Amino acid sequence: MQYAPTLNPRILIIMEFNAIYVIVAREFKKFIRERSRLFSAIARPLLWLFIVGAGISRLVSPDVGVPYIQFIFPGILGMTILFSSMFSSISIIWDKEFGFLKEILVAPVSRFSIVIGKALSGTVVSTIQAAIILALFPFVGFKLGVFQIIGVILICASLSFSISAFGILLATFYESYESFSVIMNFIIMPMFFLSGAMYPVKLLPEILKIVSKINPLTYGIDAIKHVLFPFEKGKMSPDFLFIIDIGVIILSSLVFVLIAGKAFERRG
Amino acid sequence: MIIKVEHLTKRFDGITAVNDISFGVEEGTIFGFLGPNGAGKTTTINILCTLFSPTSGEAFIAGHDCMKEPAEVRKAIGIVFQDTTLDKDLTAYENLIFHAYLYSVPKNEMRERVDNALKFVDLYERKDDLVKKFSGGMKRRLEVARGLIHRPRVLFLDEPTLGLDPQSRTNLWEFITKLPEKHNVTVFMTTHYMEEAEVCDRIAIIDKGKIIAMGSPEELKRTIGGDVVYMRTTDNANVKEEIERLLKLTVTEKDGELYMTCDMGDTCIPEMMRKIGEKVISVRLQRPTLNDVFLKLTGKAIREEEASPGEGVKEYVRAYRRRTEK
Repeated sequence: MQYAPTLNPRILIIMEFNAIYVIVAREFKKFIRERSRLFSAIARPLLWLFIVGAGISRLVSPDVGVPYIQFIFPGILGMTILFSSMFSSISIIWDKEFGFLKEILVAPVSRFSIVIGKALSGTVVSTIQAAIILALFPFVGFKLGVFQIIGVILICASLSFSISAFGILLATFYESYESFSVIMNFIIMPMFFLSGAMYPVKLLPEILKIVSKINPLTYGIDAIKHVLFPFEKGKMSPDFLFIIDIGVIILSSLVFVLIAGKAFERRG
Repeated sequence: MIIKVEHLTKRFDGITAVNDISFGVEEGTIFGFLGPNGAGKTTTINILCTLFSPTSGEAFIAGHDCMKEPAEVRKAIGIVFQDTTLDKDLTAYENLIFHAYLYSVPKNEMRERVDNALKFVDLYERKDDLVKKFSGGMKRRLEVARGLIHRPRVLFLDEPTLGLDPQSRTNLWEFITKLPEKHNVTVFMTTHYMEEAEVCDRIAIIDKGKIIAMGSPEELKRTIGGDVVYMRTTDNANVKEEIERLLKLTVTEKDGELYMTCDMGDTCIPEMMRKIGEKVISVRLQRPTLNDVFLKLTGKAIREEEASPGEGVKEYVRAYRRRTEK
């Protein structure tokens, strides 16, 4: 009568890996299939870069440092990541609404694997999009070496993971996609505006500076600034030390995954 | 016992959804949870499949504690929820492969198992179509197929035929009744359709969170005490008196109609016809249904009867007329 499976740790690890793999594969397959999603994801940062960026650059005097359009390039990469990672993670709310999440939750896999799988889904999709935007660097006047490109992509990937994990954490609190506009207006947009994307954090009023400092996106964008204009001094220079940027991204990823995993473990 | 539930209680903010229920399910059988909407059926399933934790009590599946060993329990069960849990933007095949990975089905068996499951539910030809193009019945069948991919020991079906047209329902039932034998699985299902509960080996009737009766459909119906014969006659008083005298049955008159309870309606009616046939205008036989059982236990019907109740009886009358006309 007793159903006695003897599970050795190796098999358990393979099982978790399979689950993570297939969660990412599902997202990737859907991403490839919905080309309109890719186009609109690429269109938004392009509008900001070449329309908003070009407009504002007329207001910024050229002697402050790097040209404004170059200054916002890390921010535009950050925006690409912010939106696509958040959308990818918030799709958990869709999965809740349409029931698919239950299929995953009743499977014999750790809730942490589910969170990691979801976060990696966002990472893959966002990094691809960020890489496409990064490929436009010659059009904003950058001359980048191979190491700089690899460096930026690595930062983009780790930032994507952190933002995706944050999105998953948010998604655990919301039950229906009507909450989506709330997340959009009160979390995603402020995160973007207070990330040093459009203007240096050091120029912000004190109170907004505090908000910027608890925003993980700030550190990702700052790290990219370090790689793209390492010798910049003055107003347009990065706001934090590179090592702090990287440390915050890694640490925030861990914290978000842990809390989100715990939140998923809760039973009704 | 492959499923064992002891004194299970679940309260949500003051509402007791499941109230101290205990039952067991034998391996290889179809067990039905029958009750009206809101009786606590889905809550019980959610506890058994590790989505909810009970307020008190214990539940075991295949010897594993649903609270303490969720991973073992999850491995031993397959579930078809009330609402579809398929990814509509993936194909039927992709949905099943996703499931196979999620349950770590050995890679060399994956394709074969998925193909066989699709063939079992007659969806193999449509395997590369997106699920959003499927009808309700096809989706439900696909979910049953998916629930079987990892060879669970217990398959939960929560209102499996809800919202399906009659043809799809019959179709799905054919698959479900074959499951224990063909897939070596115990079926635990909930329904509020009486006819569906008839296929179960055992039924627990649940109302307001409590199990109010348990047994095989036959056992439960026997508690009602026989068939009921309804009759319209040209002279109720006279016929009532005659039947009571000749057949030793208690006859009651209601709304101009006579009704009486007898053990075997199908042999009882011809006997009545022989004795008082010329005064009878019409006659109908009502066999006890699980709904009657429910009615007797709770004083209310589970839901409105769907088919016209006299269908079987009209046959008797027609047959009788044919005989007498000769």
